[in-house]
Amino acid sequence: MSLAQSGAEIVLRLDQITKRFGRLVANDAISLTLHRGEVLALLGENGAGKTTLMNILFGHYLADEGSVTAFGQPLPAGQPKAALAAGIGMVHQHFTLADQLTVLENITLGTESLWSLGRGRAAALAKVQGLSRDFGLAVDPLARIADLSVGERQRVEILKALYRDARILILDEPTAVLTPQEAEALFQTLRLATARGLSVIFISHKLHEVMGHSDTCVVLRHGRVVGQVATRDTDRRALAALMVGAEMTEATVAPGVPGPVRLSLTGVRAGPLRDLTLELRAGTITGLAGVSGNGQAALADLIGGALGPEAGEMRVDGAPVSRWTPRAALAAGVGRIPEDRHKTGTVADFTLAENAVLETYAQRFSKLGFIDWAAVRSHAMGLIAGYDVRCPGPEARIRLLSGGNMQKLILGRVMEETPGILIANQPVRGLDVGAIAYVHGRLVAARDAGAAVLLISEDLDEVMGLSDVIHVISEGRLSPAFARGALSQGELGLWMAGQGFEDAA
Amino acid sequence: MRLEPVANPTLLRQLGLPALALGATVLVAMALALLAGADPLAVLGQIVTGAVGSRFALLETLNRATPLIFTGLAVAVAFRARLWNIGAEAQLYAGAIIAVLLGTGALGAPFVLPVSAAVALLAGAMLLLVPVLLKVRLGVDEVVTTLLLNFIMALFVSYLLEGPLKDPMGMGWPKSAALIPEARLPRIIDGLRLHWGFGLALISAGIVWVIQSRTTLGFEMRAVGANIRAARFAGMPVNAVLVKTALLSGGLAALAGWSEVAGAKGHLSLDLSPGFGYTGIIVAMLALLHPLGVVVTALFVAGVFVGADAMSRAAGVPTYIADMLLAVALLFMVLAIALTKVRVVRG
Amino acid sequence: MIEILISASFWAAVLRIASPLIFATMGELICERAGVLNLGIEGIMVIGAFAGWMAVYLGLPLWGGVAVAFGAGALFGLLHGVLVVPFGLSQHVVGLGVTLLATATAYFAYRLALPQVTSPPKIVPFQVWEVPVLSKIPLLGPALFAQTPLTYAAFACAGLVAFVLYRTPLGLALRAAGENPAALEAQGVSVTGVRIGAVMVGSGLMAVGGSFLTLSAFSSFFFEMVNGRGWICIALVVFGAWRPGKAVLGALLFAGFDALQIRLQQTPMGAVVPYQLFLMLPYVFSILALVVMSRRAQVPAALMVPYTKGER
Repeated sequence: MSLAQSGAEIVLRLDQITKRFGRLVANDAISLTLHRGEVLALLGENGAGKTTLMNILFGHYLADEGSVTAFGQPLPAGQPKAALAAGIGMVHQHFTLADQLTVLENITLGTESLWSLGRGRAAALAKVQGLSRDFGLAVDPLARIADLSVGERQRVEILKALYRDARILILDEPTAVLTPQEAEALFQTLRLATARGLSVIFISHKLHEVMGHSDTCVVLRHGRVVGQVATRDTDRRALAALMVGAEMTEATVAPGVPGPVRLSLTGVRAGPLRDLTLELRAGTITGLAGVSGNGQAALADLIGGALGPEAGEMRVDGAPVSRWTPRAALAAGVGRIPEDRHKTGTVADFTLAENAVLETYAQRFSKLGFIDWAAVRSHAMGLIAGYDVRCPGPEARIRLLSGGNMQKLILGRVMEETPGILIANQPVRGLDVGAIAYVHGRLVAARDAGAAVLLISEDLDEVMGLSDVIHVISEGRLSPAFARGALSQGELGLWMAGQGFEDAA
Repeated sequence: MRLEPVANPTLLRQLGLPALALGATVLVAMALALLAGADPLAVLGQIVTGAVGSRFALLETLNRATPLIFTGLAVAVAFRARLWNIGAEAQLYAGAIIAVLLGTGALGAPFVLPVSAAVALLAGAMLLLVPVLLKVRLGVDEVVTTLLLNFIMALFVSYLLEGPLKDPMGMGWPKSAALIPEARLPRIIDGLRLHWGFGLALISAGIVWVIQSRTTLGFEMRAVGANIRAARFAGMPVNAVLVKTALLSGGLAALAGWSEVAGAKGHLSLDLSPGFGYTGIIVAMLALLHPLGVVVTALFVAGVFVGADAMSRAAGVPTYIADMLLAVALLFMVLAIALTKVRVVRG
Repeated sequence: MIEILISASFWAAVLRIASPLIFATMGELICERAGVLNLGIEGIMVIGAFAGWMAVYLGLPLWGGVAVAFGAGALFGLLHGVLVVPFGLSQHVVGLGVTLLATATAYFAYRLALPQVTSPPKIVPFQVWEVPVLSKIPLLGPALFAQTPLTYAAFACAGLVAFVLYRTPLGLALRAAGENPAALEAQGVSVTGVRIGAVMVGSGLMAVGGSFLTLSAFSSFFFEMVNGRGWICIALVVFGAWRPGKAVLGALLFAGFDALQIRLQQTPMGAVVPYQLFLMLPYVFSILALVVMSRRAQVPAALMVPYTKGER
């Protein structure tokens, strides 16, 4: 018997929530109910409207229509304070912790009147320690956040909510930053919470988590609720179908034809990277799996020229590199699709045309120090047409473009130089389904044209689906190369958790 | 209340808000006049006639605008690359010192003018190079270092004028000897009190505009200012760009002092600049950092100063009204520009 | 040199010179710990010096003058805060604008009130108050405990700022606003409110620092009397690594240099070396302090980063 049928108290009710951003309807008349002691999974693809919905619930956004009721009382819109007071605690995907403050300070922040003298430190410490114990959330209350691991930081976020006596916990993609084993511990905590009468909403796009750990599933697609089912009455296939709107077909990418080694790293040390050995071959997509923050950014910087090797040897097309800078990398034929297209990939206030030549203006579009703007413009027009960039024109500011179109322009900028080596760091993060398919198609096309592609992603499905060879990165160390299909998802998860590395404890 | 970005601001919004800012500044001017017990409309009128009402007034305004164009350009160039050069005042004096060192007999015609201009440019550039190298190499904030250099330079000038550069014929006043006639900038038109410094300022504005909009260096400067991370990622030599920006900016500011000595004054004294370096910040900001806009705003700012001086003599309203109005105009203007891109909505 | 360093009058001067710097440095430190750079400091000190003096000149008691200075500073702080916090305008540009506006306002108002004066009128400033018993200690007594009340207040103010910053919920909220405003907002506290409040109180303290010049150090208001002290305080905040205690030490060190150079001018050395070189020392010291501290300092992570709700 499900909780809904058992007549358990309804603790939260969302009624006809609608939110528009310009012409985009992010949430379209969404309704849902949460019962006491229930774990509700909110499922949907990137861009389905999950995070928007939770931000409305928590008061970060103001809904255009609809209402929220918590414990029978209407929740005033647009006030995080009201949500907190009503007993709703939220754990954001990107933690909201102040790095230089201690765990205890982060937890007690804002819980006392700002004008009080704050004498309750001992009591606060005792309460935090008690909650740690009761919910299995081990963390040192006096440690600085900066010194904690990602998993520990998430525990602090949960403690923050529990400290305020939250009765409803909302977690946005909580396992995105965790190893499978850490994720298991998190779900253990959530079970302890529901046993004490708390209710949980967690947002996910990972079907196995939803199947394993929820009582109810609500599936969102294009901002609408397309299904609400008791978890035990459904299966992965049915949920997947609801999510994407059709029976999911396993996209199969034909294997590449490996060519010569384009880039090799031997015993390289750089930043957090330790004793790294890696080969990227022409005609091959090498996938890099791992939990975020384990050295992926440093590896991308290393190959892309932003980080120089401190020790070891780096060869491009057989020749050892010296004085490795972004410009040297570009000259050596390294194409880079950066992780953050807004902050590193583009200059928001520049036009499309200017952004299109950000890496090549000096080499290809200048004479005697003067830029040939006519050539720049026609180059940009070519990219817009060739890579299906939807925009008002080459003179439009790039900040006006959607993420997908911005990424297509970057893709075009990189591909037009026919790179011998291509680093794609989280190339589809935050894109809609159509744009994802487009970007993936282009990566495979680049591979088939002879590029050595390094695909860095936190999405294991993406890595497993596209790569010819897979490495796992953990704490700056690189696993051996595994051929496609050699390891199961679970086995890769163990590597991601740091097991199997030679010097692992 | 929250701010929402406006994707495509209408022309009305883009022009109307800055116009509103200027209108509000005029209202403040009238309020201040009332406060001083004067007739607001008469005060406004006197400021305008004092600035452009006669040939004399107009020439005075053009002369006053000359150093402001140079310092305005210096600030605009630097701020565009997010290099916070608040030290134009010090760089200005560096140029002025060179004009005296080389212009009082060390060099003769025909070399003295071009050589001293070039050396002045270099001196200003070098003076800004120090804070910029400290910023690039050690991460020392350039705002404070360039500001403090203004005070150090003022004391250095005071030392020079009481020591090595003191005019023996100066009857004890701390001023330098006069420049030889060959080292003076000629007048643009005989009989009109307007020297070629003004012409050079206009030419400089044109050159800076071409550099910013047409050259790879200008592209790099703008990219570094707009998003330094993206510029670095794209392979731009960010530190070198900042150094080149500093050389250009410091050099332009130095020309302000050089042209004041070689053109307007003919000697160096402690009151050479009534804060031209700082006023350059207002000039540049009002021009939205556009080099050609700097010419317009420098004329406007100079007009306000010259007009307020004349008005003050006539109406008795303290001349500091000019500084107040320009500060108010600056703040209103940055707010207006911001509001063209965002709008305030409830909730 | 040794003679200077062991004289009580030297150390008394150090404390006196440090007092306005301590007020203003604490003010800037509060602003920056909340995430807002306040380049209005120089002008706010000018308006504080003027407003405090004018209030006393018009008949208010001395402490009333201090309160008026604080209020005037807080008003300009409100202007700076509103422009840079909710509107997110450039803190550099607005700060410089506030400095220009505050300075010009003080000068304009001074000329308006006293159009014809040639020698500036005087008020009766704070007098030295000798702490009973303690001021009788040899050397230390006359150095530390024979000061004007405003000097004692400066040190008390630094202690209070340290206490509030590290021991109260308000201080915690302030530090969080400067480290990660999203963390503060997620806990239901308004970042805008905390930041504007911090800038107002901080600006008030800067103005009190300015008023020290007219109400304690001198007895009249002069143009240019602040003379870059505000900029030096910004350097002192960096030098103090954004910590009140270290910033006070920096202010004392700076004041020591200043007191020393005045005295060195009167030694035989002063006859040989031009006096301008001595006057440069404090500025050079400030730049060197910035250079030395640049690598070590822990800058508040969100300093100069505008915060917009719902954006990350």
